[in-house]
Amino acid sequence: MNILGKIGLLIIAGFFIVAIFAPLIAPYDPVTQKQQPGNLPIEERLKPTLSHPFGLDDLGRDVLSRVIYGARISMQVGVMVVMISALIGIAIGSISGYYGGWVDRFFSGFLFNVFMAFPSILLAIAMVAFLGPSIRNLIIALSVIGWVGYARLMRGQVLKVREYDFVTAARAIGAGDLRILARHILPNAIQPLIVQASLGMAGAVLSEASLSFLGLGVQPPTPSWGVMLNDARSFLSVAPHLLIFPGLTVMLTVMAFNFVGDSLREMLDPKLKR
Amino acid sequence: MIESPLLEVENLVKHFPSGRKRVVRAVDGVSFAIRRGETLGLVGESGCGKTTVGRSLLRLIEPTGGEVRFDGRDLLKLRKGELRQLRRRMQIIFQDPYSSLDPRCKVGAIIGEPLEVHGLGNRLERRERICELLKVVGLDPDFAGRYPHQFSGGQRQRIGIARALALNPDFIVADEPVSALDVSVQAQVVNLLQDLQERFGLTYLFISHGLAVVKHISTRVGVMYLGKLVELAPAEEIYDNPLHPYTQALLAAIPSPEPVERRAHEPRLAGDVPTLIDPPSGCRFHTRCPHVTQRCRIEEPAFTEVAPGHFAACFLHHSDVVNG
Repeated sequence: MNILGKIGLLIIAGFFIVAIFAPLIAPYDPVTQKQQPGNLPIEERLKPTLSHPFGLDDLGRDVLSRVIYGARISMQVGVMVVMISALIGIAIGSISGYYGGWVDRFFSGFLFNVFMAFPSILLAIAMVAFLGPSIRNLIIALSVIGWVGYARLMRGQVLKVREYDFVTAARAIGAGDLRILARHILPNAIQPLIVQASLGMAGAVLSEASLSFLGLGVQPPTPSWGVMLNDARSFLSVAPHLLIFPGLTVMLTVMAFNFVGDSLREMLDPKLKR
Repeated sequence: MIESPLLEVENLVKHFPSGRKRVVRAVDGVSFAIRRGETLGLVGESGCGKTTVGRSLLRLIEPTGGEVRFDGRDLLKLRKGELRQLRRRMQIIFQDPYSSLDPRCKVGAIIGEPLEVHGLGNRLERRERICELLKVVGLDPDFAGRYPHQFSGGQRQRIGIARALALNPDFIVADEPVSALDVSVQAQVVNLLQDLQERFGLTYLFISHGLAVVKHISTRVGVMYLGKLVELAPAEEIYDNPLHPYTQALLAAIPSPEPVERRAHEPRLAGDVPTLIDPPSGCRFHTRCPHVTQRCRIEEPAFTEVAPGHFAACFLHHSDVVNG
């Protein structure tokens, strides 16, 4: 694994730890408001200080604590979305690639294209608007638009792997389809999907932020990076730190996952090995 | 006493669809029988359908038509469960020792998988059987814990053979088992296959693209050209008295240690193999045959017994030509 990949891994590990131990790490409760003296201008009241290193937001909540709690939402959404969409994608992609014929024509010829044809973020917005905004519905919406990428990749991999003689050998000894898929095809087909999953995490974190920014994800007062960015908009000129800190964390996470994804791709692709 | 053959193939046909309304006639009516304990060599250029024949016999490819009887039972009419049971009696050895072993399974798991699939023995018994099989094919039983990439081509091929032997089969399709190996290793693997045949009373269909390799192991040899069997005869007969011009050409293609002694009349093959989508009319070999006549272009010669046990599909040797 190259150096960027290692840095990425470290950053991701850090965010996971922060997310898991948020109540222990956060210096303040993320939703309680602090009483503030009314005689100071807003810039002075909210700016970062020693006791509030990331400053306060417009309602007097500690931004550092909110960013820390926001990591919970982002990591949770990222992991869940990738897990659900990868599972659906792997299952449908395997079936489509392994059985071929009309099954494949239905999935890859019709269903994949239908899903690909929708602008994915619009589809997610429409779904959340229909189901009602909540973390659960956000995860559902992002998974529904996310599985097609995994399925297409998996189908291609299975098409390749099923032609190997060891698959024919397994059929010759009388192994059933399920055994062949699980024991022989899946382990040999899964590699590119690991890369795809790490890049998908970045995408999910970003999508969560975008949808929450639009008010379609996490609902206030629960802190999420996207919600914080949205709230910060109105105070951009007087309190830029409200935008900078959650923005930085989104950028860091997405970058870290992309680093890991890229270096995994390099590691797993023998053609790129020097 | 005449024993019934272990395997009878009648008019086997396999057409692969290729685009719109076109088919590749990979195998186009092939009939032969394999007797118990013998080795039938199947020879032909790449693309002549020999691998398709081998895999159709085991129903690894579903044939388009014809009949395959294994020990008197029609394989193509078996239901899934029956076929699964019968798979214990017929196995296959592959050409490519690299793609035929799952790189993510240990050798022990590869050889033991047939036992596992058919629920034979418990864990301990299977482990014993795996060690025994490794010894049988001339490998160290300790190899069971290693991965395929730690072995050479010849060793990998032995692992593939051990897997094929695991279920004590009667019949093995050896699909060019030595073509991908070094010449020095080829002989070892062929010898191993011969030893195993004697020891376990195996019956082989030995597929190869050249007559040289088949010579040592075959009881009888069949020659295929463009999806059809053109000649079938006992091994010595085919080498001493080849009747079909294609067989003669294949024999001439075997490199000789004394090139000067090459007989001058030996035909050499010119031209390319025609396509299987639109094979030539009449005799399929007529486009490349040195003895081609007008009749060959129109009429297809039947596959007939021209001498006892010697079949050929060529007008040159049909009795009406010989007599007339």
